[in-house]
Amino acid sequence: MLYREAGQLKTTYAEDMAVFPIRQDRIALAVLLGIAFIGVPLLATFHIWPFSSDYLLWAILLPFLVLALAAIGTNILVGYCGQISLGSGAFMAIGAYAAYKLGTGVHIPFAWLGFAISIPPLPVLVSILIGGLAAAGVGILFGIPSLRIKGLYLAVATLAAQFFFDWLFLRVPWFTNYAPSGSVNAPELIFFGLIVHTPIERYLLCLTFVAVIAALTKNLVRGNLGRQWMAIRDMDIAAELIGIRPLYAKLTAFAVSSFIVGVAGALWAFVYLGSWEPLAFSIDRSLQLLFMVIIGGLGSIMGSFVGAAFILSVPIMLNLIPTELGVPVSTETITHLEFIIFGSLICYLLIKEPRGFARLISIGKEKLRLWPFPY
Amino acid sequence: MIALGQFLEVLIGGLMSGVLYSLVALGFVLIFKASGVFNFAQGAMVLLAGLALVRALDLLMANGFPFWAAIVLGIGFGAAIMATTAWLIERFVIGPLVNQDALTLFMSTIGATFIIEGAAEMIFGSDVYPLRLFPTDAWFVLEGLFPGGILVNKLDVWGGVIAGTLVAGLAIFFQWTKIGRALRAVADDHLAAQSVGIPISRIWFVVWLVAGLVALVAAIVWGTKLGVQFSITFLALKALPVLIIGGLTSIPGAIAGGLIVGAGEKIAEVFLGPSIGGGIEYWFAYVLALAVLLVRPQGLFGERIIERI
Repeated sequence: MLYREAGQLKTTYAEDMAVFPIRQDRIALAVLLGIAFIGVPLLATFHIWPFSSDYLLWAILLPFLVLALAAIGTNILVGYCGQISLGSGAFMAIGAYAAYKLGTGVHIPFAWLGFAISIPPLPVLVSILIGGLAAAGVGILFGIPSLRIKGLYLAVATLAAQFFFDWLFLRVPWFTNYAPSGSVNAPELIFFGLIVHTPIERYLLCLTFVAVIAALTKNLVRGNLGRQWMAIRDMDIAAELIGIRPLYAKLTAFAVSSFIVGVAGALWAFVYLGSWEPLAFSIDRSLQLLFMVIIGGLGSIMGSFVGAAFILSVPIMLNLIPTELGVPVSTETITHLEFIIFGSLICYLLIKEPRGFARLISIGKEKLRLWPFPY
Repeated sequence: MIALGQFLEVLIGGLMSGVLYSLVALGFVLIFKASGVFNFAQGAMVLLAGLALVRALDLLMANGFPFWAAIVLGIGFGAAIMATTAWLIERFVIGPLVNQDALTLFMSTIGATFIIEGAAEMIFGSDVYPLRLFPTDAWFVLEGLFPGGILVNKLDVWGGVIAGTLVAGLAIFFQWTKIGRALRAVADDHLAAQSVGIPISRIWFVVWLVAGLVALVAAIVWGTKLGVQFSITFLALKALPVLIIGGLTSIPGAIAGGLIVGAGEKIAEVFLGPSIGGGIEYWFAYVLALAVLLVRPQGLFGERIIERI
């Protein structure tokens, strides 16, 4: 009844090729964006439930947005191009630290040559974007092995990136501007003269980034490049035989994916954490991103959002339930129970729906098309 | 000038810790060969086996059992726990996921890792438990040859002996027993093995059980060295580059890879580390694995990967 595209006739080629060809999808997206851009900030400004405190905005929505962005980046590599990566955390770290260095001014002394390169602090937006580019560069470098190896072998190779950069940012004091504790503080977030400080402003900033990048990605993956990636994913030798260059396709996937993950890393550090240490981007983060992508659905932008929401909300729920029920359980037991339940949920979802939430959504859409007369 | 004595000492120490990596890598290889599952949970299984063993030992000793009886019962208990784990994993995680792609299976073993870690710590406690089965003091050997001699840890020697026995035992098991032959058949080709009447789910249970027992042995050695504690699970991550270097499908490869990684990272740490900031151990193995992958994608001993369309 509600979700049926009958009668939506396409009269031009452009209409037929639209990103969202079905009117109901466009309306749903517009409503969603309206709620996200106008509704949530309004509610938060006037402290109306559920935004009566900053908790929801600050501790749930903000990390959700940034990690969803990182999941989109990971999904490009893992879901669209089929190259398994366990190094997403490292690329987030590269984005964060590159943006940090650029945002606070770069000074490279070439003592043995007698001169030094100095770059004054760049505006935050520029440094975040260049941070993404830096991650893209490193991504290309670590993507080169993917031309020879694939699958789980590649996953282990990307672990090399993860551990190397963990070590680099921990041990080389230049990256942390010689901070004695190893933890660094983000520069003040000034965008075009506006200081982003309150949770609402931070939320809107991240939302803008996520919306723009998600839209660009959605467009990218249905075009030439996205189809090349998917061909490589489905069968790389066959793709090569029909004239797709594996070198170009794989390395662009690494570059685009690392760029998005790098930007997400910079946002995570600058906007969400504020001050951070290398531990924020450990192997656990990489695994978390991979889970988001797989639970959400490989090769689906929508799935990345759902996956991020799921992976983030489960621990919070598990934490809330015992306190809400008033069961006296020690925090240690709760942590262990969380582990067990989380692991079981992951296994259960993988068994029940190996293709993730995205598949459930598309099944739901099919059902909705026939509703209420399923014949 | 680096003293030869010091070099040898570092080399031996490295080789011995390499043996321990090999023990963990061995568990990976067994499962990968037989079911194509890249088992991330091996490190968690080592933790579980170690905790079960050490807690059972403590309990038995506290109730006045003699030392040898406590050890036998404790190891028996550990083995029983690993058998239960193997059955549960086969029945509820890997079994229902037959024929899914490798990535899904890999992620499901990460899920299993969470479950095992959580359950192990909830049931057996989450402190550091010392395990005392072997002497851990050191010998000085070759004192005539080098000034001061070379420091060799007795435990490392024990570890080497145990690993050697284990590999020999596994080789005999795989080569000469009926189940071993069935295992090799399944490893070669699931469908063909199934069609000649090999019960595949029972075989997979056996494989996970053997991997669990290998984990128990690894836990005994590591636990004696470092105490049984949560950080043991990070071993699993160290075993990955070992596998890549040795080849994912080769038991000798797991041993050789472990030795190379162990010796390589210790030598790099001691002789290269000071000049670039230390802590190389943290990533050396992975970068080494990356280099090996670029030259020999199938690892040193792995079967050549042939691709067909």
